Amino acid sequence: MIIEIGHFALILALLVAAAQMIVPAWGAQKRDRRLMAFGEPAALSQLALILISFLALMHAYVTSDFSVANVAANSHSSKPLIYRISGVWGNHEGSMLLWVLILAVFGAAVAVFGNNLPATLKANVLAVQSSVAVAFLLFILITSNPFERLDPAPFDGNGLNPILQDPALAFHPPFLYMGYVGFSMAFSFAVAALIEGRTDAAWARWVRPWTLLAWMCLTIGIAMGSWWAYYELGWGGWWFWDPVENASFMPWLAGTALLHSALVMEKREALKVWTILLAILTFSLSLMGTFLVRSGVLSSVHAFAVDPGRGVFVLSIMMLFTGGGLALFSYRARELQQGGVFSPISREGALVLNNVLLTIACVTVLVGTLYPLALESLTGAKISVGAPYFNMTFVPLMLPLLLALPLGPLLAWKRADLAAVMERLVAAAVLAALVLVAVFAYAERGPWLAPFGFAIGVWVMVGALSEIAFRIKLGQAPAAESWRRLINLPRASIGTTLAHFGVGLMVMGIVGTTAYKSEAILLMKPGDKTEIAGFELAFKGAAPSKGPNYTESIGVFDVTRGGAPVTRLEPSKRIYDAPPQPTSEAGIYAAWSGDLYAVLGDQQPDGGFAVRLYFHPLVRCIWFGALIMFFGGAISLSDRRLRVGAPSRASRAPAGVPAE
Amino acid sequence: MRRLARRILSAAIAGVFVASVVQPDPVYAVTPQEVLPDKALEKRARDLSAGLRCLVCQNQSIDDSDAPLAHDLRVLVRERLTAGDSDQEVRDFVVARYGEFVLLKPPFSAATLLLWLMPLIALAGAVLILWNAFGRTRQTPVAVSDNRLSPEEQAALDALLKKD
Repeated sequence: MIIEIGHFALILALLVAAAQMIVPAWGAQKRDRRLMAFGEPAALSQLALILISFLALMHAYVTSDFSVANVAANSHSSKPLIYRISGVWGNHEGSMLLWVLILAVFGAAVAVFGNNLPATLKANVLAVQSSVAVAFLLFILITSNPFERLDPAPFDGNGLNPILQDPALAFHPPFLYMGYVGFSMAFSFAVAALIEGRTDAAWARWVRPWTLLAWMCLTIGIAMGSWWAYYELGWGGWWFWDPVENASFMPWLAGTALLHSALVMEKREALKVWTILLAILTFSLSLMGTFLVRSGVLSSVHAFAVDPGRGVFVLSIMMLFTGGGLALFSYRARELQQGGVFSPISREGALVLNNVLLTIACVTVLVGTLYPLALESLTGAKISVGAPYFNMTFVPLMLPLLLALPLGPLLAWKRADLAAVMERLVAAAVLAALVLVAVFAYAERGPWLAPFGFAIGVWVMVGALSEIAFRIKLGQAPAAESWRRLINLPRASIGTTLAHFGVGLMVMGIVGTTAYKSEAILLMKPGDKTEIAGFELAFKGAAPSKGPNYTESIGVFDVTRGGAPVTRLEPSKRIYDAPPQPTSEAGIYAAWSGDLYAVLGDQQPDGGFAVRLYFHPLVRCIWFGALIMFFGGAISLSDRRLRVGAPSRASRAPAGVPAE
Repeated sequence: MRRLARRILSAAIAGVFVASVVQPDPVYAVTPQEVLPDKALEKRARDLSAGLRCLVCQNQSIDDSDAPLAHDLRVLVRERLTAGDSDQEVRDFVVARYGEFVLLKPPFSAATLLLWLMPLIALAGAVLILWNAFGRTRQTPVAVSDNRLSPEEQAALDALLKKD
């Protein structure tokens, strides 16, 4: 019964969304307040209905109701509660339901917090947002209904793929979707602005927090996926340039560019046309990511051709919104007024450089991801575009971006004095040079480019801090004065510094683990000892053990360093009950200098075990960097100026906000 | 003649090699048995493997994959290297057997022209657009932005001012 209520609620949500798509937009056209006001309750009831629907499905998962086809196909009664819950979005149908739920949350947020938006803009935004909901609700109800019943119901379910039964992966999809779907806000605002034919700084001030929120979620979502791959897939890889990863990375690159261009638009009313275009493209890339992952086109062009129903549907949605958005853009963009001029050497200029490089990087990833698909469907030729291609093209594009990054926040708006800015970065440059020399002197091996990589990381990190140091007059004013200045700094600028620092930290991690990884692949018998990266490991043997829904064999390694005990690593090999599938759980000892990483392989006929040991220097910095970027975003979001719904200060009341 | 001799030799070595590495069900990438005793040769084998696709996996190199086919290919690469092939010869050998699909870095050819040139085209496009934009602003340094209110806005403003 609950399942039928969920199904019914979803159909009602579609009807509400359809009305919300039309009535407020019509009201905005006719300047009819009552029609425009329809958007608000509609958005809230849409959210309530989709939430009921989502909770109904979750109830079926938690209670293991195997009369529901979706639950039977993807769950199992022996799964721990957390994975029965995360199982809701661990499959196609459920994940699309999560997608529309998050979409509805964002729509409702506009309804609730958007009181200081111009009424017509708000109405149009809600209508556009709802049009996306209509498309995806139709998609779910027509091609991917999670509420279908089975008769007779099976005795137990098929279970969730064991490598997905993991805490990081349980929360990876929701964050990723909050990112993808969050960019729908930028899209809706962009389209609404185009419908109205006007946009201003207030528009950018509205779009920025939403974009920032989406960007934060996407950042943490991608980082979680990367972290999971690192410890779960068994050899410590953290990024593979897999099409599925690229599908989430492209909206991230475009979204990062959008964050920066919206800044120019807010402060200087420049780059309006470009920002609107970028907002449309960012969401289009999110839709493309959904298409790539959901259509099956990635595993093979043929898999797509065999069962085209879903793929063609999502492709049509993507074409409709991208095409529609771009058509509207080309039709109305001319009417947008261009704002302030600036010289190339200026804050605006630096942000333009940021946008140019991020956009080209995004284009490169896009072409690399889609090229094999396009080539195969056009000529039948099969080629692979893998990590070597992306490393060769993407990395060179990031170098100038990283080199210029510390300069940006120090440059003045409109026209800047480059020499004065460089002077403030002397400390960063000196430290970077010292690191360069030190690494060259002490690294016994590794590629000759690696020391430069570290130097760039240090340059970015210290450069980011230099900006704050300069602003609080560190060392030039009494400490108390500097402290007072630090407290009074706008949170947005602290957020910027943190996020940029996180980028530098991530560079350090990437360079460290890529260039200086140690590896040992060997056979070990109980009692054998070996050494890696200064650690001594003694293999004590392996013992069987039983988990909630798996059996495993746990290997024990006692780790010492110079004779002193460090830790005990316990890598294991698991066999899950349902589906019966092996996974390998690495034993990891994490320290700031790097991770000691042990993987237990098969037992050999002679009683020994195949063992793989790694030392990944600085690898934590990659995810700490992402985490710091996330917190940078969060601090920036808490800035009063950006806070959603915070009244803008009277003295600077922007022109677009009606005084009512 | 030398070629034939080399073939025979490599086949012999391969035979010995394969016999020594046959193991039940290899479950994960690069097993200890695969590792060549010659460190320099093993390093070349690893680098080569990282650029070769495991054909039955989704976008994994044979160096990373635990599929049996990847194992076979890793062994094959090591056989060829042990037989004295250069890196390029090994790659050509694998491509002759499995097609260009096996290369994770696609070769520069007519079919991949756009792929390899795209970053440069995008860069050139960006430079062109920027050149245009900054060139134009220099000619008309004062961009006129229309700050005047539209009649409706003026009316709304007047109404508000009156209300106070």
